[in-house]
Amino acid sequence: MSDAAYTADEMMTIQAARMIRNGVTLFVGIGLPSAAANLARLTHAPDTVLIYESGTIGAKPTVLPLSIGDGELSETADAVVSIPEIFSYWLQGGRIGLGFLGAAQIDKFANINSTVIGDYNKPKVRLPGSGGAQEIAGFCAEVMITLRHNNRAFVKKLDFLTSGGYFEGGDSRQKLGLPGKGPTNVITDLGILTPDPVTKELTLTSLHPGVTVEQVVAATGWPLKVAAKLDSTAAPTSAELSVLRDLNERTARAHAGQA
Amino acid sequence: MTPDLIYDQLIGAGCVKKIIFSWGGNPGVGSLHRLRDAVENGWPHPIEIEEHAHAGMAAAYSAGAANLPFGLLRGYIGTDLVKYNQRIKFINCPFTGVKLAAIPAHRPDVTIIHAQKADRKGNVLMWGVVGVQKEAVLAAKRAIVTVEEIVDDLNAPPNSVVLPSWVLSAVCEVKGGAFPSYAQGYYQRDNAFYKAWDVVARDRETFKAWIDRHVLGTKDFAEFKRSIASFNNEGATSHV
Repeated sequence: MSDAAYTADEMMTIQAARMIRNGVTLFVGIGLPSAAANLARLTHAPDTVLIYESGTIGAKPTVLPLSIGDGELSETADAVVSIPEIFSYWLQGGRIGLGFLGAAQIDKFANINSTVIGDYNKPKVRLPGSGGAQEIAGFCAEVMITLRHNNRAFVKKLDFLTSGGYFEGGDSRQKLGLPGKGPTNVITDLGILTPDPVTKELTLTSLHPGVTVEQVVAATGWPLKVAAKLDSTAAPTSAELSVLRDLNERTARAHAGQA
Repeated sequence: MTPDLIYDQLIGAGCVKKIIFSWGGNPGVGSLHRLRDAVENGWPHPIEIEEHAHAGMAAAYSAGAANLPFGLLRGYIGTDLVKYNQRIKFINCPFTGVKLAAIPAHRPDVTIIHAQKADRKGNVLMWGVVGVQKEAVLAAKRAIVTVEEIVDDLNAPPNSVVLPSWVLSAVCEVKGGAFPSYAQGYYQRDNAFYKAWDVVARDRETFKAWIDRHVLGTKDFAEFKRSIASFNNEGATSHV
């Protein structure tokens, strides 16, 4: 434990990193997932196999990549394969243990939207779209999602279902024939949500230090289920904070140099 | 698949009628603002979009390269893309009955890619993150490759990605041709430019001034690169 000062984003990244098991094959998106995955690799999970959708398998970047095409990924990878190959042989082939995604919106069955805010044909905000997210959500053995917790993100109804979690809840995911188990953890800057074993509805199961249940309920756009026995997330240790901050500083320095 | 800044420039300049894509952002920075302005507000004119996920695009290029009518994959099931893209259909496997997604093959009129090296006969070698470049070339009616350098001997190890000259229409030596993106073994991404582009593309007038000065106002790629060097030194907005 540590009494060091930290931000809510650091808490989120560190908690997400802790949930990565050493040795897992991990399909990871750029941004928050990439930061957490690399933090895990630099701390308790050195044998994690990082896979980016550009086809880099076993990437070991020393700084966070700018994009999936970053030479830092291909130069440090065990293997670099083409895009058709990474999606067909590796992801669809069922070889990936954990997928790690961000999102703009999430609903109570952990379906996510990264496509549009508003109507698809006349969007208020056009977001980048699926990329590989939809297949990552479908075909990894298990999925983890990380995003900031607020009413705009945690919505009653998605504007667009980009990537499926548990669809309508219950056994609807299995009925659609998707092989992966689906999202097992949603890590936010306020706490951790996990799906109910039967209904698959996201339930608040852990609170980050200093956060109240009322705060999380207020930041969620549907009546949030709260676990009877609520865990407390451990605060970031000074070791975790120092590795994360070093990584971020190293990254900022490296990228500033590329002018 | 992933329209980068060059697509944003083409869209903002009014050169694009339709875009087929699976991820449209400024990688690691944020939005492609010209793409957003076209989709959200129809500026400079409305564009048609045909949207996929990466695996669907990859399957469609592979099908094009293989002269198959459609690409086949598990995927898209239960998602909203299927409601808006009529070119995503489902079929049942004739052997097992399993439901699979089918996407018409991509057959571009022209594919343009950038690679590292060509030899004097026009055989092209590329390595690193090769993406769907090989499939996009073989799926196209014509393909143009720009390379960092033309050499006497490719020295390509077996199993390297080599595109033989006879599947290509033209090979051109354009040093720095991946700008502002990466060319592995030659240069890193110009990250300052990606960040500056966010500022330039956010505003229609700033964008127009940029494209007039650096693209329409220069006669070739070499002059464009010199013009851009001064842009980078001045910072994102000081020229408008």
